[in-house]
Amino acid sequence: MLDRDQQLRYSRQIILKEVGYKGQEKLLNSKVLVIGAGGLGSPVLYYLAAAGVGTLGIVDFDVVGISNLQRQILHFSDDLGRKKVDSAEEKIKKLNPDVKVIKYPFRMNMDNIEELIQDYDVVVDAVDNFTARYLISDCCYFMKKPLIEGAVLGFDGILMTIIPDRSPCYRCLYPMPPQDGVVPTCNDTGILGMITGTIGSLQALETVKVLLGIGETLSGRILTFDGLNLSVREVPWKKRQACPLCGENPTIKELVEYEIKCKSKIPE
Amino acid sequence: MTITVNGKSENLEKKMSILDLLTLKGLDPNTVVVEYNADIVKKEEWGNIILKENDTLEVLRFVGGG
Repeated sequence: MLDRDQQLRYSRQIILKEVGYKGQEKLLNSKVLVIGAGGLGSPVLYYLAAAGVGTLGIVDFDVVGISNLQRQILHFSDDLGRKKVDSAEEKIKKLNPDVKVIKYPFRMNMDNIEELIQDYDVVVDAVDNFTARYLISDCCYFMKKPLIEGAVLGFDGILMTIIPDRSPCYRCLYPMPPQDGVVPTCNDTGILGMITGTIGSLQALETVKVLLGIGETLSGRILTFDGLNLSVREVPWKKRQACPLCGENPTIKELVEYEIKCKSKIPE
Repeated sequence: MTITVNGKSENLEKKMSILDLLTLKGLDPNTVVVEYNADIVKKEEWGNIILKENDTLEVLRFVGGG
């Protein structure tokens, strides 16, 4: 049951026939795990909290640094040195006290990821490295959890929604991690806040659609965003028959944690 | 010969493979994945596939930042 304040707070989305009163109740009873509370995680968490997603799990081992602030909009200048999960929780609580925040202030790894993911309805990948991306994608596949995958670099972003057994997986896109030293990171290529803001907002939208079972999710296709030329494209993407994870003869049968060295990093 | 790369039509002046085209564009083959006429092709095959009129390519970079 929504109380009077809640009916008012969410009235603009309850009016939407695709959401409605029932949909709002569903959101309030939903649990979403957001891995990474940085550039992508900030808008994801902010919009999911505003929309009244009842439980938000946040995984981030890091503390707020000054170079984070041009894009990680959940964190303020006063938060420098604070744990990102604490800073995120404070803003979320101020925005919407309906939301329960569960903090995981440590590094996700092979040994803890299954336990982290198991209680959640949807997982949002908002991390900044390929080691974590493969770990999250494989684990969500094994545990049959919907995964909202988004990534950015420079002026570019990509987005895909992965529904286990129904859509192509992350490895249908990138079967194996890039070789050591060939792929740059945001630390050395750079990134604008509006790019993470755009992709993160779209991840939040896909999350709500998956939770409510409405519309067409971005499955079996990839959205590519080129912010410099402002071109958004939808690329149909099939399941790879030879996908090492979800293909006919899978070679990935358990979790793996890759060591992937990016191009030289500029210290934070 | 005209082909479509990432939604834009491009003119190729000579015969070339997918790998040649990537090299011509200055792309490191280790940093991209390729869809050729709506099928995903393995990296090992890029050097053997000679592009022909009306072919469609999607070239996606590895993007992994957050």
